[in-house]
Amino acid sequence: MINGTVVDLSRLQFAATALYHFLFVPLTLGMSFLLAAMETVYVTTGRPIYRQMAMFWGRLFMINFALGVATGLTMEFQFGTNWSFYSSFVGDIFGAPLAIEGLMAFFMESTFIGLMVFGWHRLSKGQHLAVTWLVALASNLSALWILVANGFMQDPQGAAFDPTTMRMHLTSFQDLIFSPDAQSKFVHTSIAGYVTGAIFVAGVSAYYLLRKRHVDLAKRSFRMAVLFGVLATIGVVTLGDALGFVDAKAQPTKLAAMEGLWKTEEAPLPLNLIAFPSQAKQRNYGAVQIPAVLSLLETHSLYGTVPAIDALERQAARQVEDGIPAVQALEALSRNPQDPAALAQFDAHREDLGYGFLVQRYAPDLARVTPAEIRQAAKDSIPPVAAVFWSFRVMVGLGLAMLAFFVLATLYSLRNRVQEKTWLLKLALWMIPLPFLADEAGWLVAELGRQPWTVYGVLPTWMSASTHSVGYMAFSLIGFVVLYSTFIAIEMYLMVRTIRLGPAEPGGPRDRESAPRPMLSGRPFAAAPQVAKRED
Amino acid sequence: MNGYAIAQIVWWLLLGVLLMGLAVMVGMDMGVGASLRYVGRTDTERRVALNIIGPHWDGNQVWFILGGGAIFAAFPLIYATAFSGFYVVMLLLLWTMILRPIGFEYRSRIGNPAWRGAWDWALVVSGAVPMIVFGAAFGNLFRGVPFHFEWNMTSFYTGSFLGLLNPFAVMTGVLSLAMSVMMGSLTVMNGAGGVMAARARGLAQLAGLIAIVLFAIGGLWVHSMPGYHWVGGPGPGIPQTPLQQTVVTSPGTWFDNFGAHPVLWCVPALGFAGMLGAILAARAKRSHLGWWSGAVAWIGVIGSAGSALFPFMLPSSSDPSLSLTVWNSSSSESTLLWMIGFTAFFVPLILWYTGWAFWVMRGKITPEMVEGDEHAY
Repeated sequence: MINGTVVDLSRLQFAATALYHFLFVPLTLGMSFLLAAMETVYVTTGRPIYRQMAMFWGRLFMINFALGVATGLTMEFQFGTNWSFYSSFVGDIFGAPLAIEGLMAFFMESTFIGLMVFGWHRLSKGQHLAVTWLVALASNLSALWILVANGFMQDPQGAAFDPTTMRMHLTSFQDLIFSPDAQSKFVHTSIAGYVTGAIFVAGVSAYYLLRKRHVDLAKRSFRMAVLFGVLATIGVVTLGDALGFVDAKAQPTKLAAMEGLWKTEEAPLPLNLIAFPSQAKQRNYGAVQIPAVLSLLETHSLYGTVPAIDALERQAARQVEDGIPAVQALEALSRNPQDPAALAQFDAHREDLGYGFLVQRYAPDLARVTPAEIRQAAKDSIPPVAAVFWSFRVMVGLGLAMLAFFVLATLYSLRNRVQEKTWLLKLALWMIPLPFLADEAGWLVAELGRQPWTVYGVLPTWMSASTHSVGYMAFSLIGFVVLYSTFIAIEMYLMVRTIRLGPAEPGGPRDRESAPRPMLSGRPFAAAPQVAKRED
Repeated sequence: MNGYAIAQIVWWLLLGVLLMGLAVMVGMDMGVGASLRYVGRTDTERRVALNIIGPHWDGNQVWFILGGGAIFAAFPLIYATAFSGFYVVMLLLLWTMILRPIGFEYRSRIGNPAWRGAWDWALVVSGAVPMIVFGAAFGNLFRGVPFHFEWNMTSFYTGSFLGLLNPFAVMTGVLSLAMSVMMGSLTVMNGAGGVMAARARGLAQLAGLIAIVLFAIGGLWVHSMPGYHWVGGPGPGIPQTPLQQTVVTSPGTWFDNFGAHPVLWCVPALGFAGMLGAILAARAKRSHLGWWSGAVAWIGVIGSAGSALFPFMLPSSSDPSLSLTVWNSSSSESTLLWMIGFTAFFVPLILWYTGWAFWVMRGKITPEMVEGDEHAY
């Protein structure tokens, strides 16, 4: 039996390290494309300002990238270190996209990023541009495979449980990678990264425009960023809607939690714009509703309906009862894999094996399970409604706010009137934290909304964790908190410092382009501390 | 022998190739890190050393990540059991590995000597500790690890953190560190000139010598310790759990494979020859040749461990019959075949573009180059 505290601490550690990692990844995804776009303009027009842009934003990109790589290492190993039952149970399927990510994407990204940074003078213009595009392509391919893996946790396609090996095995590679959840999630998440990159570049550019520094570079950067941003935000919203549509079929409990749907109602369903859900009372307080909108959003029809929590709980209770004989048959098969009676019993109930595991949390010996325990397991099948409901609203609200900002900023930028609009520039600066908050909220919707499962409907979270002691978990959590807090402080310091310093102006004191000394890479921008003083 | 058994053996070989890639490519960077404060005495010298591997450490590190991912995909039971069992050691590995990307990227962005000194130490630790852990993990495979399974394959590790740092594992850890320092020194010899190359040349020979001695002692030690011997069970190419086999232990059995197939003796011979070649090449100031010899040495050492252990991958000292083997811990045939396809396509491609990246960045790094370019590491 696994200690419940250990499971909770393992979840806390995973969430903390994943949310932290996910601060850096979206910026990498977005900025890599902006860098490639800037360099493309440089190569096609030959105007050095765009080279200067690519190099300056490249410096900020690398500060962020280093932490993304470092914290990504944790993620690759944490499945094994802290979720060992999960890893052995679904490694046959889940491990494959992770390994392919390394083979196809991460190797390419990491190898070419070395050339992108160090290769300015060693590669021809065209070669360097190709390298930058390969970095952008690879970071997005990387996101693809990670989200294929995540898509499997949300909606396990292309896999089946094999009682002879006691774990899941791959039945269709195509179904795994073309799972609708994985695909819509990949597009939604990577475009959210583009939005993050666009807001970041626009915000930092606005800082220079407000201070009337590096005006040419900042104006051009701002315009590229908001154009990229307006397209990306429209994409995020569209794909977010598609994802909701997919979830309505694949993860009804997540959707019910996102929308705070407690009681089954007749179509057309109203949308809870604001509400305060109570899990204990199974109802919302202070709900502000818009009639009919939910049916339109989730079913794209006025007559469509989605199941509410009361119906989902009743169904889960039936599945728990059906899953109990499946687990019992499995125990018999573990002793004798050829037991024909157990095999027949398992086959009759295999669909609900995961629900049998769900109740085993309360009844280790399933022969003595009580109706109250079955009811409790059915209640467990609903994710924490208030947290999912509000994370979802934070994400959508921030997304719409960013869309409004980008539309305005694009209009003024195209009319070349951004500099006069101080309020817009100030707003742009204050927008910088928003996409990061939205990204984190999106992660919470996806992964809290998946609870109580690590693999939806198949493997409960309570079973998935490694059998560590509480002491081990406390040790590792404290270690991560100390290390990660130090890292973020250093990262923020370097980011702010590099931004304050700004790009080197051609011919200025920090432009070493024409310096006679030999250079390693040809990157002409320096960051000498005395220059920082000059500009302060 | 059926198709599934062949796929299992192919994946066991591929994992070996990936671990060799990891040892050679990551090991060289780790060696540069571990010896940073010896080879480089001044800030500029240390920056030269860092910039020799600067354009490549990031790509090289992916061998480490891919190693983890490949074990996950091809041998999920090994990934799950070993990584959770070795928890504290894995954390040490992770936390020291995490320091590296940040150390490389942030160290030289601020001129303060205390800042740079602190990151230099961080790079030394993050070079030495992961290589010791890597080697010690192999050492513990020979001794067996205390774990067992419940009926549903929930794994329990019953040993302590200190149990993983037993004398034999510490010795294999030092062997791995010595080999990476040898490779790192040859890399510095190759990329730097003057006094740094001279220091690296001495260090490469010393590290190579230590590696030869420890590899020889390791062989004798393994011969005297109890080895695991597979007696019965479902065997190759049959889907199974580790609950259905019988394994016994008796002294000397780790050499059974060499007895059955004497041709395998070539593998440890390759290890010794590679180390000797690296030392002689360092003496003759042929750093390039020395690096390739060192790579051959890694192939020989990891190949020797694999030849002795096969088909065992993670022996259990609590209950030898629960030991994880190639046959009972691999993924399904379908996953193995898909992953063979991806690996066969992408690994040659990776080797090709990695080679191109090294070719683009070829040549010596001089102090003037590093100082003239304040954006360098």
